[in-house]
Amino acid sequence: MDLLQAILQGVIVASTPLVFAALGEVVTERSGVLNLGVEGMMIMGAVAGFAITLDSGSYFAGILGAALAGALAASVFGLLTQFLMSNQVATGLALTIFGLGVAALIGQGYSGETTPALPVLPIPLLSEIPFIGPILFVHDPLVYLSVVMVVGVTLFLNRTRAGLILKAVGDNHDAAHAIGYRVVMVRMAAIAFGGACAGLGGAYLSIVQTPLWVENMTAGRGWIALAIVVFSAWRPARALMGAYLFGGVTLIQLHIQGLGIEIASQYLSMLPYLVTILVLTVISYDKTRAKLNAPACLGRSFYASS
Amino acid sequence: MIRLEPRKDVSPAMAYLAPALAVLVTACAGTLIFAALGKDPIEAMRLFFIQPLGDWFSISEMIVKATPLILIAIGLSFGFRAGVWNIGAEGQFTLGALAGGATALALYDVAGYWVLPLMCITGALAGMAWAAIPALLRTRFNANEILVTLMLSYVAVLLLSVLIHGALKDPEGMNFPESRLFHDSATLPILFEGTRAHIGFLAALAVVGIAWFTLGRHIFGFQVKVMGQAPRAARFGGFIENRVIWFSLLLSGALAGLAGVFEAAGPVGQLVPALPVGYGFTAIIVAFLGRLQPVGIVIAGFVMALTYIGGETAQIEMNLPSAITGVFQGMFLFSLLGIDVFARYRLRWGKSSAQTAKG
Repeated sequence: MDLLQAILQGVIVASTPLVFAALGEVVTERSGVLNLGVEGMMIMGAVAGFAITLDSGSYFAGILGAALAGALAASVFGLLTQFLMSNQVATGLALTIFGLGVAALIGQGYSGETTPALPVLPIPLLSEIPFIGPILFVHDPLVYLSVVMVVGVTLFLNRTRAGLILKAVGDNHDAAHAIGYRVVMVRMAAIAFGGACAGLGGAYLSIVQTPLWVENMTAGRGWIALAIVVFSAWRPARALMGAYLFGGVTLIQLHIQGLGIEIASQYLSMLPYLVTILVLTVISYDKTRAKLNAPACLGRSFYASS
Repeated sequence: MIRLEPRKDVSPAMAYLAPALAVLVTACAGTLIFAALGKDPIEAMRLFFIQPLGDWFSISEMIVKATPLILIAIGLSFGFRAGVWNIGAEGQFTLGALAGGATALALYDVAGYWVLPLMCITGALAGMAWAAIPALLRTRFNANEILVTLMLSYVAVLLLSVLIHGALKDPEGMNFPESRLFHDSATLPILFEGTRAHIGFLAALAVVGIAWFTLGRHIFGFQVKVMGQAPRAARFGGFIENRVIWFSLLLSGALAGLAGVFEAAGPVGQLVPALPVGYGFTAIIVAFLGRLQPVGIVIAGFVMALTYIGGETAQIEMNLPSAITGVFQGMFLFSLLGIDVFARYRLRWGKSSAQTAKG
C-alpha cells in the first residue's frame, strides 16, 4: 500500500467519530432541538465504551454501552428542555460540563490501560479493487456502520412517514401539534438518537483510534461536529462529506509534522479549529440561504397551550 | 394529572428562590454520588461544602478563585441578556494573561507603579481583540458566535503553549516550559498578609458596581434587556443589533482578559501552560446562577469557588478525583435550569379548562 492510499485510509479513520456525532446532531436539529452537549455525550460514550470493553472483553458490549451512555446523557438534556422547557443553549452547555466531569470520574481507574484495537474486517471482493479497494473497504466494522447509518438516516428523513413527521415537528411545531403529532415525544426520540450517535463517535475514539482512555480526549470534536452540521445544511450525506474534510485536515497536520517541516506542533494543532471557523464563516455568509436550510423551529421551546 | 400552566408574569419570588433550591437539589444529588462512590456521604458533603468555610485560609482561597469568576461572569451576563453567547471566555482569559504577562516580562526589572496598570490595559485589550474576531464574523458574516468563540479558546490555549515553549520561556529555566517569575512591580499586592487574596478582588467588586449602575440606570442596559426579551421590538425601536453584539463581546472579552492578567500577576506569578484552568467555562454557570444580576453574580461566584476548594479538599482527604468539581458544577446548572421552569409556569393538578371543554 503506498503513501497516498495510507493517508486516504487514515482520513476515513480520523473522520469516523465526527461522522457519528454530526449525523446524530443532524437528526436532533431536524426535529427542532439544538443540543450543544455533543462534546459531553461523546466523552461519556468514550469512557463507557472503553470501560465496558476492557471489563467485559467484548467490543459489542462496549459499543452498545457507549451508545446507551450517550442516549442516557441526552435524555437528561431532553427531560430538561422538553418537559421543563429550559433554555436549550444553557442546558447543552451544562451537559458538556457535566459529561466531562462524570467521564473523568468514571475513567479515573482506567487511565493507562489499553485494549487491543477493534479488528479490521476487509469486505470480500470489493477490497480487492485496485487502489480504492484498500482505501474504502479495509476497515473496522464501525466505519461501515457509520456509512450505513448515513444512508439509513437519509432514507429515513426523505422516504419514510416517520421522517416526514420529524421534519414537520422541526419546521413548525405548532402546526405539527395541531395535526395531532406528539411533538415532545418525537423530539425526545430524536434527542436520544443524537446522543446514541455521539456516544458511538466517542467509543470510536477510545476503542478504535487510540485505543485508550485519556481525560478530555474528545478535545473539541463535539463542537467541530456542531459546525459540520451547519456546514452540511442539515443533510446527512453532506455531513459525511464535511466530516471527511475535517478528518483530512487533522491528518494533514500529522503528516506535515512527519515531513520534518520546521514549525511548532501547536500551530499545526490549531488547524482543525481555524478551518472550522473559516468554513463556518464562508457557509453562513449568505444569510437567506442559511435561514432557508435551518429547521425553522431550531432551538425554540414548545409549550402545548391546548 | 400534573401539568404546567404559564404564569402571566415571571414570578420574582421563584426567580430568586431557584438558585437556593438548585443548591439544595445539587447537595441531595451529591450525597447520592458520594454514596455510589463508596464514601460516607454526610462526611463527604461536610468536607466539600462546610469545612472550607471554617478557616480563614480557605476563605481567602475562595476570594482568589471567586475573583476571576465574578469578573468574567459580569462580562458574560450582558451578552447572555441580549442573546449573544460568548462561551469562549476561556480563550479571552488566556490571551489577556498572555499579553499582560508578556508586558511584565518585557519590562522585567523595570520598577514603577505604572507597570501593573499597563499590564492590565494590554491584557484587557488582548482579551477584547480576541473577542472582536467572533464579533466581526457574527455581524459581518453571520457566523455563529457560540462555535467561533469556543474554537478560538482552543487556539488561544495552543498559542500560550507555543509562546511559553518559545519566546517567553525563562532563559535560566533549564528549558522548562514556563516564563520567569514576575518581578515585584508586576505582581499584584496582597490583600491579607499570609494569603494569596490580591487586590484584583477589589477591582472585581468595582466592576460589579459599575455593571449594576449600567444595567439599572443607563440606556445601554435597557437596550441589552430589550434585545434579549423582545428582539423584534428592539429592531422596531431602532436599536442597532450589531452594536449590542459588538459591545457585549468586547466587554466580556476585556473583562475576561483582565481576569487573565490578575491570575497571572496574582496567585500564579508567571506564565505556565496550565494557567487556563476552566474559569471561563465555570463563569458561564456563575452568570446563570447569579440570575445575570451583578449582586447575584458575586454570591454565585463564591458558591462556585467553594466547589473548587471543596473539590481540592475531597481530593486530598478522600482520594477523589478533582473532576468531581465539574460534576458538581454541571449538576448546579442542570438543577437551576430545571427549577427555573417554576418561575415561568405553575404546577396545576387535573385537567385545564380548555382541555375539559374539548372533551
